[in-house]
Amino acid sequence: MRRVPLAERFGISGRGLVALLPYLWLMLFFVVPFVIVLKISFADVDLAIPPYTPLVQWTEKNVLAIKLNFNNYEFLFTDKLYINAFLNSIKVAFLSTLLCLIVGYPMAYGIARSKPTTRNFLLLLVILPFWTSLLLRVYAWIGLLKANGVINNVLISVGLIHEPLTMLYTPFAMYVGIVYSYLPFLILPLYANLEKMDWQLLEAAEDLGCKPWQAFYKITLPLSRNGILAGSMLVFIPAVGEFVIPALLGGPNALMIGRILWDEFFSNRAWPVASAVAILLLLLLVPFMMWYQSIQARESAGTR
Amino acid sequence: MATPEGSAIKALPAAKATPWTDPNAKAYVQLDHITKSFGDLKAVDDVSLKIYKGEIFCLLGASGCGKTTLLRMLGGFETPSSGRIFIDGEDMTGVPPYERPVNMMFQSYALFPHMNVEQNVAFGLKQDRVPKAEIKERVATMLDLVKLGDFGKRKPDQLSGGQRQRVALARSLVKRPKLLLLDEPLGALDKKLREHTQFELISLQDKLGVTFVVVTHDQEEAMTLASRIGVMNHGEIVQAGTPSEIYEFPSSKFVADFIGSVNIFEGKLIEDEPEYVRIASPELGATIYVSHGISAAPEATVWAAVRPEKVFMSTAPPEGPDNVVRGAVQDIAYLGDLSIYLVKLPTGKVVRVTQPNTSRHAEAISWDQQVYLSWDATSPVVVTR
Amino acid sequence: MNQRRSVFIISCLAFGYAFLYIPILSMIVFSFNASKLVTVWDSANSPTLKWYHSLLGNEEILDAAWISLKVAVINASGSVILGTLAGFALARFTQFRGRFTLNAMATAPLVMPEVITGLSLLLLFVAMEQLIGWPAGRGITTMTMSHMTFSMAYVTVVVQSRLATFDTALEEAAMDLGARPLKVFFVITLPIIFPAILSGWLLAFTLSWDDLVISSFTSGPGSSTLPMVVFSKVRLGVSPEINVLATLTIGTVTLIILGVSLWMARKHKLPKPAA
Repeated sequence: MRRVPLAERFGISGRGLVALLPYLWLMLFFVVPFVIVLKISFADVDLAIPPYTPLVQWTEKNVLAIKLNFNNYEFLFTDKLYINAFLNSIKVAFLSTLLCLIVGYPMAYGIARSKPTTRNFLLLLVILPFWTSLLLRVYAWIGLLKANGVINNVLISVGLIHEPLTMLYTPFAMYVGIVYSYLPFLILPLYANLEKMDWQLLEAAEDLGCKPWQAFYKITLPLSRNGILAGSMLVFIPAVGEFVIPALLGGPNALMIGRILWDEFFSNRAWPVASAVAILLLLLLVPFMMWYQSIQARESAGTR
Repeated sequence: MATPEGSAIKALPAAKATPWTDPNAKAYVQLDHITKSFGDLKAVDDVSLKIYKGEIFCLLGASGCGKTTLLRMLGGFETPSSGRIFIDGEDMTGVPPYERPVNMMFQSYALFPHMNVEQNVAFGLKQDRVPKAEIKERVATMLDLVKLGDFGKRKPDQLSGGQRQRVALARSLVKRPKLLLLDEPLGALDKKLREHTQFELISLQDKLGVTFVVVTHDQEEAMTLASRIGVMNHGEIVQAGTPSEIYEFPSSKFVADFIGSVNIFEGKLIEDEPEYVRIASPELGATIYVSHGISAAPEATVWAAVRPEKVFMSTAPPEGPDNVVRGAVQDIAYLGDLSIYLVKLPTGKVVRVTQPNTSRHAEAISWDQQVYLSWDATSPVVVTR
Repeated sequence: MNQRRSVFIISCLAFGYAFLYIPILSMIVFSFNASKLVTVWDSANSPTLKWYHSLLGNEEILDAAWISLKVAVINASGSVILGTLAGFALARFTQFRGRFTLNAMATAPLVMPEVITGLSLLLLFVAMEQLIGWPAGRGITTMTMSHMTFSMAYVTVVVQSRLATFDTALEEAAMDLGARPLKVFFVITLPIIFPAILSGWLLAFTLSWDDLVISSFTSGPGSSTLPMVVFSKVRLGVSPEINVLATLTIGTVTLIILGVSLWMARKHKLPKPAA
């Protein structure tokens, strides 16, 4: 008689196939590209198509040479522009995450605490912008922030100011843009976490003498830790490499690494340098990505 | 275990034979040394069991005793780590659930939410490629049998808990399985519905003649439903027998204590004869005389179990040097049809006594009253472990 | 106590929603503004539909929209297949070789900056072209494959979380009644998780439709998507046609979401009979 455990009753081939297809796809289209990026980051710029020198070359008969060009990395580490761009990107992403938390946490809390019918409606209102093109919503801010834009027009017509404020093409505009775009990414996982909370814990705390703010600080906040971290990672990590918002709202002084990568690639045609930038950015973000994975694992283990 | 003369065993109707007492009877379901380990944990530990056709066999135990794992192995959802399972003579170990002539009624009923009642019940027949006309007929008959004839087009979320259970039952019985497994069938129902459903289940089983294996943690349920009960603890079956055998003649302290409530007195054998034994129990502060023999080593430590309803309570001293103690009433719980008395003995031991409130004029016993407790020589059950 | 909390929370909610919606509303309002300057209201000639006519006659935008649509549909369908397989494997099979890798690969695109994904995919296609001659040049094929790679991550998460709350007793019951595992998947599991798969499809569609960065890296001559065209226009500043596009997009999305929500609400409002 067959002694086959239930899970394998899908058939060894069946179960293997289920996981195999996505596995192969991702290997080819996700992992292999990174290897290639790594390889090209060690190459030289060449006037050729493609515009880089090959890594491995036959120099003479029977001699295979591997040329690892570290110049690109040296260039990135020594040129002030790139170091500043990396640091600035981290700073901007970090501050944006904080701002998103300040605006988004009360919202997520409010939604989680509301009646079920209101709750669905409120959630819908958060999800709707999320489904609308990011590009278009960022564009909206151009119209709001520019010199003869809506905000300035309103402020001038009301008499609060006499000269239009310079808001567009400043770091301020960029922060507004990032917070605006990423707010739903913070609210949704945070809401998912808060929704599972047992609100009777707060009642128990107040029954035992805790004031409302204390109860929040001592109970709600720590229990929502996973939600806060998950939402923050969903904002911070992509924000570091953000390109569109700095390009449209930030102005020439907004040094973000995503923009640098884009310009190196498209404007300068410097593929090896762009690759090196990508590798460094990746190395910077991988610890955060792994942290995010572990938060998710903890969260799902907690609910089982 | 010898059954003493004169004791009453619940008489089964003549039509219901007791195949387990017949050494030549062939088992319908046979479990041979079944063990299931999950890593280091042995969920089921060397269980061997014979279940006969037409029985309602209940696996009874607390959570974690292994009863559900055993049931799932019968259903094919788990494979035994070692041992064999035979159903109607065929070796079914390792056969997947969709190839077994066994059906299961799940604790959560597991009704397919996207299908209506008829489609749910018909599902199993469709898998067997039964012709459409026959499916229609069999589904209709089964739904009538469970009294849901008009509910065919409803969806599960439009039914009450009791109705859903009947659909689940219909769905698993319509295939006329050799064996029906029921996982805590009455757990989700409220008390009144539970009682009603218990008797319905028995009547249905009787009508269809299907062999049932039921898993439950509720002793009342087991006692009502079962033709035989298998009491489980830590993955082993510690005793298997009819409800009255289990209740009146438990084979161990564990079983005695698990089913109903019981008073257990530890003591030493001082007289050991074929027709009687005498036990000296310091815990009790008296000697216990039991009018049947037991098999135990001389001077062994044994336990005498006396059920609360078999203890007589009186204000006047009863006869005999054995089976009599004095104590003070510590607590009384009035439950309407009976009262529970907790009587504290001079040794400190508390004895539980239940008495039916048969008459309004009976001598009213009150707190702190001194009473005499006594019992028949046939009442105690002596266990050696 | 409840009152105090309410006022603070309600004002935060009000501010938050205002913050989210004022830009959207302003775009919609100004799409009816006759002035080419967009944000300076020309009360003499507004409101007007002239920019709507202009947009709908704009060849460049219409071509780009068509390309975006093709890519989005193929991407959504392919992502749903890949994502459902991955989500199912991760949710059900607790142990298999490569599980950790699959999990990491399937969820990394969720947080990965698009410039990295875009660059790496382009370099892959270039290398593949050099090695085996395919894909020849960049275009719709390469874009679609790229979109599928990051869209499937979202579908995987949606399907995986849906399956986590799925009552496996339903699948066991089906098997108990005689259905083989593959049949169980198609007849029981799939229909029940269908809403999740549908929302995965919609999600993948939207991500592809709106994508700029990865499309820019992996597209080729003649295969500009709508976001790419929009981006090149807005780099230069505001444009009334873009306002119109925004209004149409938001309107369509709103209608679809409202429609789906109402449909789902109706499905669950069935009469419950008395026990």
